[in-house]
Amino acid sequence: MDSALIPKGVKRCPMWQFLLGLGIVGAVLAWGVYAMLLVWFKGLNQTNMNDYYGFALWIWADLAVIALGGGAFFSGLLKYIVGKDELKNIINYAVLIGFICYSSALLILAIDIGQPLRGWFIFWHANVHSMLTEVAFCLSCYFAVLTIEYIPLILENRQLDKVPFFHNLSHNMHETMAVFAATGAFLSFFHQGSLGGVAGVLFGRPFAFREGLLIWPWTFFLFTWSAAAYGPCFTLLITWITEKVARKKLVKDNVIELLAKISGWMIFTYTIAKICDTTRWANITAPGLGQNLADFYTGNAFYGYWILFAEIILGGVVPAIILISAPLRKNPTWRVTAFFLGVMGVSLNRWVMVLQVMAVPIMPFDTWALYYPSWQEVATTILPVAYGIILIMISYRYLPIFPQEAELNPIQEEAAMAVEPHTESVPDLKPANA
Amino acid sequence: MKHEQTHGTPMKYGMAIDLDKCTGCGACMVACMAENNIPFKEDESEKLVSITWMRIFKLSNGKSFPDLDICYLPRPCQHCEGHGGHSPCVSVCPATATDYSQETGIVSQIVTRCFGCRYCMGACPYHARYFNWWDPVWPDGMEKYLSPNVSPRMRGVVEKCSFCYHRYQLAKNKAYLNGGRRVPEEAYQTACTQACPAGAIVFGDLNNPEHQVHQIVKPDPDNGNRSRNDRAFRLLERTGTNTKVYYLSSREWVRRAGDNYLAHEKTGQVAKLHH
Repeated sequence: MDSALIPKGVKRCPMWQFLLGLGIVGAVLAWGVYAMLLVWFKGLNQTNMNDYYGFALWIWADLAVIALGGGAFFSGLLKYIVGKDELKNIINYAVLIGFICYSSALLILAIDIGQPLRGWFIFWHANVHSMLTEVAFCLSCYFAVLTIEYIPLILENRQLDKVPFFHNLSHNMHETMAVFAATGAFLSFFHQGSLGGVAGVLFGRPFAFREGLLIWPWTFFLFTWSAAAYGPCFTLLITWITEKVARKKLVKDNVIELLAKISGWMIFTYTIAKICDTTRWANITAPGLGQNLADFYTGNAFYGYWILFAEIILGGVVPAIILISAPLRKNPTWRVTAFFLGVMGVSLNRWVMVLQVMAVPIMPFDTWALYYPSWQEVATTILPVAYGIILIMISYRYLPIFPQEAELNPIQEEAAMAVEPHTESVPDLKPANA
Repeated sequence: MKHEQTHGTPMKYGMAIDLDKCTGCGACMVACMAENNIPFKEDESEKLVSITWMRIFKLSNGKSFPDLDICYLPRPCQHCEGHGGHSPCVSVCPATATDYSQETGIVSQIVTRCFGCRYCMGACPYHARYFNWWDPVWPDGMEKYLSPNVSPRMRGVVEKCSFCYHRYQLAKNKAYLNGGRRVPEEAYQTACTQACPAGAIVFGDLNNPEHQVHQIVKPDPDNGNRSRNDRAFRLLERTGTNTKVYYLSSREWVRRAGDNYLAHEKTGQVAKLHH
């Protein structure tokens, strides 16, 4: 039915199958939209947030998707600025994932604020001292950059590409993409860092507070670093999931392994920096404010030392070793395990820097404040996931996202099949059937 | 944080609360609620979502009878000065909806500009900031008893103690009309101060040696505004929030409860303020 829109040289699943998948994910999306409307019309009393938990599940999701979407800016930097040309085979997908992550982050922010219609005040009455101001400006600008990077991909749709204007526009945008990649990297450095600064500048909260360089706390640099390190992990994990769902290889192993190796070294260096930061904070910063490590990890039902271990060792040291080591990296099982652990590690880091910050008592006569989200919060957090899946489904079906797909999955011509009905396909190059 | 036009020496309004006098009666809380049109719900038992600009904490020395000792600690907004007006909440607000006045030392909350991001609530270690999770609904007829000097706040914005700033505005206008430049001590007092039956709360200009609060606190500007009074302490002083609410107690365990200390540290012994 829609064969005229499907890229040349690749095969897609039947329309009914596509619509069925779209319908299932669409139902989840509708559930999230319903919860979102409830929050917008009835207010944040629909959540389980409270005056101790001003920041909760949404802000964690926001920080997590921005970190995970860091694969877009870092891959772009590697491809267009550093010159890792092989990454051209995965950069489209990195951009799409980044676009989904950042549009989700902006949507979550729009749901999260108490007066959504006043959201523009952050630009109009901007406070230059606030990390959140920097986040808002850089986030919005970078989303514009991602949109610019995504547009040429849309214009490469088979039918749109037939329009000379779109064809030329797409071509010219590709030519200037290095400028946008550099701009994206610059903006990302600041908004990823500012998100780290959001917690790091809270000098009234010893659990979050960090010293730093000039006006930037150490968390500023750690967040940028971790987004660059773990973002590609997420890109690679989603690529792996897409390959599993599509039941075919979409990106060659040398590309995957190159990005995985770079990600591994970035995680390795980040983890060293994180360990240094944690050591200094635990031994100098917090004791200087009258608190020690046990104050932050004992005396409550959830936050224990396990979270430090899970974040730094399981989510840092282990994936770094796997991805640095060539034999382990080349083994798909180990490699994907490292991607999973990496994504878990950076997500846990953002959880700690949002929710544990809120949970830890500060005044000696205060108590731990634990929180669980309402269904409306859960639904609106799942909403971007459903939206992301839908955008990936549509983009994958109609846009040439994976340049190596046709080469990796050659279509057996029906005519040829009729002449040579017994021809066996090469095992690694199975025809597309999804 | 901006430099404002001031007349003479800037004021620095603050409080001294004598915890040895406080009985925990809650009159200050009630007065504050009435004075500032603070909304309430039918069920106020969930304190994590109820608004109490002035909240009384109950502290215990953790011992068993007969050594058990209790202290009630009223906690308004601490009106932190931080370093040069960079109080924890003011510096983080992305929309400049809260500001530190160099003229009065009061941390304001501009509720019509607040868009409810709640970053200030996360930044405040005293939990002195409250979010309007619901629109205010007053029982029938009660609207008539609302103060015309304080705007009720709408759903979705943050609010907090203002040191009854509307009273300062009224007192300042009156002083100007009378040809004066300075607001007399007795002309500007907060509702909680006046309501306290034990006289535990003293309010005034910490910069003015004629004011009682200055005489009690004896702030030391060369030492981060720490008090020279041995009975006095501030909450979380070593974080560098540089608050303007001072607490007084002769009981060592109460003074120690005001800040975090490592086991070997002596109460009040803070080598260096953080900022």
